[in-house]
Amino acid sequence: MDQITVNIIWTLAILVIFIAIVLWAYSKRAQKGFEEAANLVFDDDKPSAEANKKRESSNNE
Amino acid sequence: MSETSRAHPEYNYKVVRQFAVMTVIWGIVGMTVGVLIASQLIWPEMNFNTPWLTYSRLRPLHTNAVIFAFGGCALFATSYYVVQRTCQVKLFSDKLASFTFWGWQAVIIAAVISLPLGLTSSKEYAELEWPIDILITLVWVAYAINFFGTLVVRKTSHIYVANWFFGAFILTVAVLHIANSMVVPVSFTKSYSLYAGTVDAMVQWWYGHNAVGFFLTAGFLGMMYYFVPKQAGRPVYSYRLSVVHFWALISLYIWAGPHHLHYTALPDWAQSVGMVMSVILFVPSWGGMINGIMTLSGAWHKLRTDPILRFLIVSLSFYGMSTFEGPMMAIKTVNALSHYTDWTVGHVHSGALGWVAMVSIGSIYHLIPILFGQPKMYSTKLVNVHFWLATIGVVLYIVAMWISGVMQGLMWRAVNTDGTLTYTFIESIEASKPFYFVRFLGGIFVVAGMLIMAYNCYRTIKAPKGSLQAEAQPA
Repeated sequence: MDQITVNIIWTLAILVIFIAIVLWAYSKRAQKGFEEAANLVFDDDKPSAEANKKRESSNNE
Repeated sequence: MSETSRAHPEYNYKVVRQFAVMTVIWGIVGMTVGVLIASQLIWPEMNFNTPWLTYSRLRPLHTNAVIFAFGGCALFATSYYVVQRTCQVKLFSDKLASFTFWGWQAVIIAAVISLPLGLTSSKEYAELEWPIDILITLVWVAYAINFFGTLVVRKTSHIYVANWFFGAFILTVAVLHIANSMVVPVSFTKSYSLYAGTVDAMVQWWYGHNAVGFFLTAGFLGMMYYFVPKQAGRPVYSYRLSVVHFWALISLYIWAGPHHLHYTALPDWAQSVGMVMSVILFVPSWGGMINGIMTLSGAWHKLRTDPILRFLIVSLSFYGMSTFEGPMMAIKTVNALSHYTDWTVGHVHSGALGWVAMVSIGSIYHLIPILFGQPKMYSTKLVNVHFWLATIGVVLYIVAMWISGVMQGLMWRAVNTDGTLTYTFIESIEASKPFYFVRFLGGIFVVAGMLIMAYNCYRTIKAPKGSLQAEAQPA
């Protein structure tokens, strides 16, 4: 295989992968995970971390 | 939101604090040097007849200081903060974090000393000589280990999209820096590029444009994807779009470099590839911008009361503007007019001051109270004053450069009927002079805003506990 053939295959592969990513991103299957991920920005305000800490310290006592 | 829920003792906030404070300080330094060299273009005596203060030596200091010191510290601060908060875990290594802070400051100090001395590799945005390049590499590898290490030990199942952008920025900048800094050292302070001629130019602009694409865009988009939703109090408009935005942006940006070398010795086909790729780049850029701005849909009223949110949203508007302007300028026929003129300088600053600086400033205003255990900034009014100073400054700057640049381009290409040039070069410089003054004025506005920011941050950090009251309506 010469250089040009390799380049053609590579370019087409990238195109196919990109289309696959778009289809996956807009599929129903990905939606739930994306919603969880999008809300990670706000999860850090929940006191779960503190709760864990308190639990740990009460175990230590 | 109570104060205790904000202060997470298990996160490493120390390194975030250090980088956040240095962002403000290096911002003032870098932008002040910018104003000084802008003044030299109007009043050449402003170099005080000192070799160290000449335009040629201070210009790389200005670019390095604003991009790598101001922008770099902002990226370190926000990426370390965001990766901890969205992975709900402490940084992978405190020691590496501390090394990246002191190492990065050492790089900046080395730049502040070596560039005015005239030590330069003469590659734009990569002027620092090889010993400093090695230190940058070490710091960057430590940064990568720390960032990706934190992702590995994360407590959440998802990797939030902001971290994808930060990760792409860290990885790509490492590759770019190492490839473009390949040199043959001839002494401790002098080296020659490993590449020759046109190849050297192409490697340089492959680096240069991707420094824009990954350092100044992907990294700051990471910032945008965390701080815009956070400050607006609502999740990003479309997470799906953000995923497509990410993959489209990183797969296209890497090809756009040749547009810096239109009508040069670079083969025509490479110039055309660069042009086409740059034009296509418009699509993911605007996808990202729309995603950021639309995050506010249904909460537009918050812009009226929250100047921090205003910084973030206006930064996205400037991002949209410069990512429309950029692809247009990459078209060869437009570039024939714009290249080597002030239009390019205006374009860069609409991106750098409008997008990069404003999104960083907004993020730092969001961070400072949280990092130092205060409910809010010392003065929201001063944040607002800063916002208007920054906006007016940027607009003055870019409008002046547009007019000056288009005028230069038209004057340079004007020919008489007998084929001779209509204008001498010095005539175009004379014509630009008033616009250089407007640009200088814009710079003064921007620096004044930064000084107000420094004062506001200082008062916030030093304020006694409980002296600052959160607003009745939390963001």
